[in-house]
Amino acid sequence: MTGTLSTDTTSGPAWQYRTPRQSLLQWLGWFLLVVLTVFCWQLMNENTIWAFVSDAPDQAMDIGSRMFPPAWGYIGQLWEPLWDTINIATLGTLIGVAIAVPVAFLAASNTTPSTRFVRPLALLLIVTSRSINSLIWALLLVAIIGPGLLAGVIAIGLRSIGFVAKLLYEAIEEIDFNQVEAVRATGASGAQVIDYAIVPQILPAFWGISVFRWDINIRESTILGLVGAGGLGIQLSASLATLAWNQVAMIFVVILVTVVISEWVSARVRQAVI
Amino acid sequence: MLKLDKLSKTYATGDTALSQVSFEVPAGQVVGLIGPSGAGKSTLIRCINRLVEPTEGTITLGDTDLARLQGRALRRARRRIGMIFQEYALVERLTVMENVLSGRLGYVPAWRSFLRRYSPEDVSRALALLEQVGLSQHFNKRADALSGGQRQRVGIARALEQDPELLLVDEPTASLDPKTSRQIMRLIGTACRERNLPAIINIHDVMLAQQFTDRIIGLQAGKVVYDGPPTGLTDAVLTRIYGDEDWNQMRGEEATDEAPRTPEVDLAEGI
Repeated sequence: MTGTLSTDTTSGPAWQYRTPRQSLLQWLGWFLLVVLTVFCWQLMNENTIWAFVSDAPDQAMDIGSRMFPPAWGYIGQLWEPLWDTINIATLGTLIGVAIAVPVAFLAASNTTPSTRFVRPLALLLIVTSRSINSLIWALLLVAIIGPGLLAGVIAIGLRSIGFVAKLLYEAIEEIDFNQVEAVRATGASGAQVIDYAIVPQILPAFWGISVFRWDINIRESTILGLVGAGGLGIQLSASLATLAWNQVAMIFVVILVTVVISEWVSARVRQAVI
Repeated sequence: MLKLDKLSKTYATGDTALSQVSFEVPAGQVVGLIGPSGAGKSTLIRCINRLVEPTEGTITLGDTDLARLQGRALRRARRRIGMIFQEYALVERLTVMENVLSGRLGYVPAWRSFLRRYSPEDVSRALALLEQVGLSQHFNKRADALSGGQRQRVGIARALEQDPELLLVDEPTASLDPKTSRQIMRLIGTACRERNLPAIINIHDVMLAQQFTDRIIGLQAGKVVYDGPPTGLTDAVLTRIYGDEDWNQMRGEEATDEAPRTPEVDLAEGI
């Protein structure tokens, strides 16, 4: 983006933010965006049955009325799956973080032992973990190690590796290198440089990222039961299957309260470490 | 004693930062390294403790050729060389005490430094140094809670905690006000005199260099163009180092400012 100056006008030099070529490209970009929007709208309408859509408010009202009031007494059966859900999220986060920390150091360009070989491998691991949703990890793991909590914990753990490692390696790449140089100049070994110069600089980021991921994992683990990986999701799929809408509403209330509490905890922790 | 012989550094980009630099620094001598920006001053002192790899030449400290060392031997050599940095380069989120004790990292095993279990001698040396630089009250504060001058004092304490045989100082006063700059220079000078420690101080301020060093080395485009006493910095010499400038004007301002004070009086003042 370089501006242009032209001196051929009579009223002194004129400065333009973009060259004519850049302006043209920009207009072309906007035009393509409009074309894409029109195309997508058409695609969406092709498979929509408008009779059903016009019916939607009535249907929503119907389900809404069946959901209300929530089955408050159902809470008795929810405590145990709720505990499972929290355990899945917490253990999964711990596993994810434990693996993500070394991966982040291997992936950060300023700490990796080899940019040619190890770094691409670590980045591949991060991308793989990030590109597959927890629910799909859980589907795979239920097939491999059978239904239950373990599948859920591992699914959450695998998904967390990429998230935590990516944010952490970016934090490592942004550290102040003068501090590293100063510690190295004292004759410190590699492990000591990490301990004294790098860890103190990334510690706030580390706690922030870990707690944030734990908070996300609480939300994600509530649905893992849908594919048989334990927790509240099992109860949810059972209630949905029997059309017990007031039980479904109760489960939503429990999930909402849990998520609010976990967000509060993560906000407090992030405040404390900065 | 430090001896550089035909030290050269060419960066991967092809820029020659140093060419054939040779000089000796005897014990206890404080050398001011002056020169325009980009003359290779920073590269020169970073080559000595191998934060930058020299391309050619030898660097001898005592009996060791620093230019050839690798791995463990290099770390053992680095712990003999204290370094003080321009922007202090303290670990901001560690305490003052941890920063000073990090001067011992080259001597203690990793598990000890990880658990912060330093020997009583290391701790009492750190406390004595903090006392000496006037920060004994602040040992438990985090480094980012200190002012610029205080941080540089911690930087000095960290370097001295290494019990070094040589001090490398990179623009110690560049981020400090004039008064604090003088205090810091005086502190470094006193520390060197007490320990008979040789030092190379890379510095922009010619007046400070003249006042606080025993010898001046002028660097221009990676070559030594002046090596002699601070009093020998005539207009011709300054022009050789920095290029044309009205040097009398600079001196004139300094003369009216500093006329009644001699360097000896300044030193006796302490900090």
